[in-house]
Amino acid sequence: MGQKDISVRGGRELEGREQSHDLFIRPAVDIFETDEGLTLMADLPGVGKEDLNVDIEQGLLTVQAKAKTNLHAEPRQREFLPGHFYRQFQLAEIFDAERISAEMKNGVLTLHVPKSEAAKPRHIEITAS
Amino acid sequence: MEMDILKEMESLRREIDSAFKGFGMGSFLEPSFLPGMGLKRFPQINVAQDKDNVYVEALVPGVEAKDLDLTVMRGVLSLTGERKEETGPQRTWHRRERGHGKFMRTVDLSCDVDADKIVAKFSNGVLLVTMPIQEKAKPKKISVKTH
Repeated sequence: MGQKDISVRGGRELEGREQSHDLFIRPAVDIFETDEGLTLMADLPGVGKEDLNVDIEQGLLTVQAKAKTNLHAEPRQREFLPGHFYRQFQLAEIFDAERISAEMKNGVLTLHVPKSEAAKPRHIEITAS
Repeated sequence: MEMDILKEMESLRREIDSAFKGFGMGSFLEPSFLPGMGLKRFPQINVAQDKDNVYVEALVPGVEAKDLDLTVMRGVLSLTGERKEETGPQRTWHRRERGHGKFMRTVDLSCDVDADKIVAKFSNGVLLVTMPIQEKAKPKKISVKTH
């Protein structure tokens, strides 16, 4: 693709991306809820503990990571490119962001966000009078 | 209580996730490894080569090394394995994109490799296989003499 194509199609946004030379990848996630809280699992292949950044601000959870590649030889066939993983989620207030825990294993990030005590379902015993 | 759950589902849906979705770059640069295993090949594989080795890099997040199986036969590398699903108590799913199950991929190496010297490394969900090219399969330079 020539330089001309880029300027025609790109506009301001593409120019901004060009500067960073990075590719953003939206990781695949599983999110499920139990009575105890929310669990999020994200596929982050090639990401070690030190390359991962998880933060939460006013209920907005951001997962960012830099994937490394060990492959520096001439590529023959390519199905993926190394890049930045980036994805955000808005959490409801019933979750307790203070007690969030994270674990990284085999390129999968697992986050546990417990529900605040008040939001946990309670079983109510019915007594016959 | 019911109201709370609805609100939570609604806010999850507001996920800001299209912001960086490879725009303007065409399908070649689509986000990798997404979404659902039925739609994309799993694992994704990059193949590279230099004068001594063929390299295969595969993205297998969430797979244990013991669940991976590699074989080389007649210049074809096959990778089989299984991504196991973690089971637990009653869950309500909000997103389910990762998928699980058995997989198999083959790579035509298009040259003879030294099967005894293959090295496979597995770290952070990425498998890197280094296969030395056999001496007889390497290109030979023939010098041209003039009289």
